[in-house]
Amino acid sequence: MDIFEQFASWLVNGVLGVAAESRASDVAVYFVADTVKISVLLTIMIFLVSILRTFITPQKVRKWLGGRKEGVGNVLAALLGVPTPFCSCSAVPLFIGFVEAGVPLGVTFSFLISAPLVNEVAAALLLGLFGWKIAALYIGTGLFIAIFAGMAIGRMNMESEVEGFVYEVRSKNLKEKKMSLEERIGFAKSETIDITKRVAPYIVLGVALGAFIHGFVPVGFLAGIAGPGNPLAVPVAVLIGVPLYSNAAGTIPIVQALMAKGMALGTALAFMMSVTALSLPEMIILRKVLKPKLLALFALILAVSFVAVGLLFNAIMA
Amino acid sequence: MKIEILGGGCANCAKLYENAKKAVSDSGRKATIAKVTDYAKIASYGVMRTPALVIDGEVKSEGRVPGADEIKKMLK
Repeated sequence: MDIFEQFASWLVNGVLGVAAESRASDVAVYFVADTVKISVLLTIMIFLVSILRTFITPQKVRKWLGGRKEGVGNVLAALLGVPTPFCSCSAVPLFIGFVEAGVPLGVTFSFLISAPLVNEVAAALLLGLFGWKIAALYIGTGLFIAIFAGMAIGRMNMESEVEGFVYEVRSKNLKEKKMSLEERIGFAKSETIDITKRVAPYIVLGVALGAFIHGFVPVGFLAGIAGPGNPLAVPVAVLIGVPLYSNAAGTIPIVQALMAKGMALGTALAFMMSVTALSLPEMIILRKVLKPKLLALFALILAVSFVAVGLLFNAIMA
Repeated sequence: MKIEILGGGCANCAKLYENAKKAVSDSGRKATIAKVTDYAKIASYGVMRTPALVIDGEVKSEGRVPGADEIKKMLK
């Protein structure tokens, strides 16, 4: 029992007086332990990444990436995408800003894929709920997909499939204020509060659903349909992930509970990636700068990559 | 004085608009507040994170929602 479970059973059985060994206690302890553990990890992780974020602004990133060649540029873009705050409403101005600064299209895509797919909220949740091995696996494959998909798009000479107005934008260079250490810490504090507030409802809901699954769904229930033996489970999981909009926060706790009931690791990874990186609202927003052909290609490459990752890990684990 | 709120119409853009409105009425100054949703125009300011706040052509904040008090100070 880790310290969070000890605290949870002290609270549930001791303070609240729920009889231990009962199903109610089981569900409540699970809920409290996971919520507390995630909150602690999330706060630390967001704070640290926010400090890093004050050094890596999009203005600097596009300067670093401007004119970079394939390969190095894609790797750098995928790595820089990790600490970048990403809200799908910023995808379009980011895209225009990068293209205008001479960042190659393929490198821009590596960044656009990595930014939502690999982020500190997903990392904290995976670390807390699955342990460092699966967290590292998710981050590693996420980066690999961002690099690979960006290089693939870069090689297809899709420049004419970007809406024409993007190439006509001439932007001013924003002057960035130098920040003192206190200002960086102040920024990180307010970011931490902001992001935690935004994701908290989803986490509570996700963990509550996870606790319910933990308590009421029989062990091995999913082994048949979502287990390693069913290759169709992976593409279906990716498809289901598309309309579920970018709530890594709410999805990961549910997936953890589903895995305990027999869902295979590869299927779970593919599903989580699809939920965070392939979303319908983002596609609609990106349509403003990408012509349908390039948009479809982007979605297709990601979907195929996620399915491949799922099948690969299911095969390795089987 | 001309205030522009840059953003494609997300929830944070609406919040920034409300904060700016409150800041203007609190300060008693005369200012027009306009929403800019055209991405080409947003990008031409050099802004890559929305929402952004522009006062008389100068970008004052980017990618966050400053409170009404903070905006009031920017108006001076």
